Amino acid sequence: MFEALSERLEAALGDVRSRGKLTEEDVNKAMRAIRLALLEADVNFQVVKRFTADVKERALGAEVLESLNPGQQVVKIVSDELTELMGGAGRDLVFSPKPPTVILMAGLQGSGKTTACGKLARHLREQGKDVALAACDVYRPAAVDQLVKVGAQAGATVYEQGTGRDPVDIAEWALGRARADGRDVLIIDTSGRLHIDEALMEELARIHKRTKPHDVLLVVDAMTGQDAVNVAERFAQVANFDGVILSKLDGDARGGAALSVRAVTGKPILYASTGEKLDAFERFHPDRMAQRILGMGDVLTLIEKAEQQMDERKAAELERKIRKQQFGLDDFLDQLQQLRRMGPLTSILKMIPGLGSQLGSIKVDERELDRIAAIITSMTPEERANPAILNGSRRKRIAQGSGTNVHAVNQLVKQFSEMQKVMRQLSQGKMPSLHQLARGR
Amino acid sequence: MPRTWQELFVTGEAAAATAPQEEPQERRRGFFRRLRENLSKTRQALGAELQASVFQRLDDETFERLEEMLIYADVGAPATARIVERLETEAAGGTLASGEDLTRRLTELLAEAARTGEATIDLRHDPTVILMVGVNGTGKTTTIGKIAWHLQKELGKSVLLAAGDTFRAAAVEQLEAWAERAGSDIVKAAPGSDPGAVAFDAISAARARGHDVVIIDTAGRLHTQDHLMDELAKVRRVIAKQMPEAPHETLLTIDATTGQNGLRQALLFRETVDVTGIVLTKLDGTAKGGIALAIAQELGVPVKLIGIGEALEDLRPFDPDDFARAIIEV
Repeated sequence: MFEALSERLEAALGDVRSRGKLTEEDVNKAMRAIRLALLEADVNFQVVKRFTADVKERALGAEVLESLNPGQQVVKIVSDELTELMGGAGRDLVFSPKPPTVILMAGLQGSGKTTACGKLARHLREQGKDVALAACDVYRPAAVDQLVKVGAQAGATVYEQGTGRDPVDIAEWALGRARADGRDVLIIDTSGRLHIDEALMEELARIHKRTKPHDVLLVVDAMTGQDAVNVAERFAQVANFDGVILSKLDGDARGGAALSVRAVTGKPILYASTGEKLDAFERFHPDRMAQRILGMGDVLTLIEKAEQQMDERKAAELERKIRKQQFGLDDFLDQLQQLRRMGPLTSILKMIPGLGSQLGSIKVDERELDRIAAIITSMTPEERANPAILNGSRRKRIAQGSGTNVHAVNQLVKQFSEMQKVMRQLSQGKMPSLHQLARGR
Repeated sequence: MPRTWQELFVTGEAAAATAPQEEPQERRRGFFRRLRENLSKTRQALGAELQASVFQRLDDETFERLEEMLIYADVGAPATARIVERLETEAAGGTLASGEDLTRRLTELLAEAARTGEATIDLRHDPTVILMVGVNGTGKTTTIGKIAWHLQKELGKSVLLAAGDTFRAAAVEQLEAWAERAGSDIVKAAPGSDPGAVAFDAISAARARGHDVVIIDTAGRLHTQDHLMDELAKVRRVIAKQMPEAPHETLLTIDATTGQNGLRQALLFRETVDVTGIVLTKLDGTAKGGIALAIAQELGVPVKLIGIGEALEDLRPFDPDDFARAIIEV
């Protein structure tokens, strides 16, 4: 839907370049497109109004640079302002010099608090902290069990007293235990509560008063609509939270709620939860979120993921092989596996600017990759290094071994030989280098 | 439109056998009041606007502000534009003369937008299989628990719950607690086991033990995770293998605080498991649940139940007129 913002802006501002400057009428046209985009991203209505007014002011009379088209120019202004509004570079948790550092978690029902507790615990464990969790959700059936399980997975100690006691007392007791046991961090899980539930909000205030947390984190569902602002304002009053964990960001919600919460309460978003598994948890990047809200792809995350998976030594080895024309099917398989470690292909492709909208309903069949892997692993090492020796009977054997058919094997061998040809040309310098390609754009 | 549990669920029996034909008037009013209270913020916001408009002309500014109000309710830009445009046309045509007219027509249009598709749930199968799906944290397990309770206690049906959420830690324990409260049987399997197998076993168990209704819980999943959606499609296929016309009802839970993404959720879940109704949960906060209007309008999937609080009786059949009125009336 919104990947189209750039295009919409370009359409609205198409003829501005000849005039060299953006006029009020041009800017108004652009603002309408931006307004709609932000609303569809669930950015709070008031925030949208204020924001478009700010952007309008900055865009008015802006020089249209020769190198950029006017649409891109406005997109850049919007993106800069959004990033700024979302908290610039972001920040990390601060640890108390006198442990344990106490972190209180709060949020609506179903926002993902318990899962976030586990993820944060694991994240801090990786930084070498000794982490404990306090189970203070005594209302939802089996919430304590869930925290115990999640805690075990995260390698954190869980302090629990079942569901019979007052959560305020449990929190205080857990703090005492954490102190006695010399933990670095205590994360207090609380039950989900509605921001208008006076009794439960009062209870949260009492836990806050009794445990004096160093950081209070509000867990906000990335899919929240216009109501995010009401929720955040109320939680800010009662528990004066310090930062936000944005959950369920792995969906396709634009996450306008993040922007709204930040803009209205001034509290930064510290972490984003991006998947089902416990390690799907990362520092929040305001600039990337701005681009996501605008539907501009997320190249930085993509590069980071690639870097994480790419082994430098292997990369050098690969380069040598390509140069010496020794790139075999084994290496090809290795490449495929590295690519797959970055996550589902569809989500990787969506991070590429401009591709997101085109992908739409297209699905990448991950099983196709499994099939290729099966075919290659059904070959002998000799065959993998030198596919030229694959005769009819070998191909038949491979087809049987991989549960495919000869046609599929033929296709793979053909594609691979095409690839080798391209690589040969590359290594012989017949193709422009990447550097040249980038410059010639 | 159904307003009571007896009306929502088509049992094929004389309703009087298990429950009074009509709900006591007092209780109906109680529900209305409760929903109204729970939707008070919306009502106040919209009400103030509309009340003010009684004293004003029906000018551009009124419509602009009306549009803002609907956006605030998460109705979404396209559905809002359609409603506002219609009202503007009618105002220009002279059928709307005052702010009062505007209030009345807006209520009608909102209710109309919410009214779509088959509103009841047919329980005349043997057993009736209900599949519950939705994004994480939208209230699937809680909703199942409450439906089971109502079916057992109010309609006298014997219910079997299938603990198909084998992924989330302690999900089975949570459903077990509900089964105990409702007095329902439960079929469960080891964590991490195949949810399709749980569904399969549950239906055969229900046949063997003579249960009337099987409600199948599934793990919460984001609609964008293809492999998890494939898994859900498989659960559905396995159910159909066990009982060709099942599931008879597939309910999608949508959190009322959800914004425009709710539309994508409904779209993709419908593609995968042919959703027949929405359960709009957590309407008791300040969220307005307007996304349900957008879903009904864009996709033609009706809301069948709403959750307006934590208590058992706070899960209620959805009534578009009440919903629209509660949003608008002062």
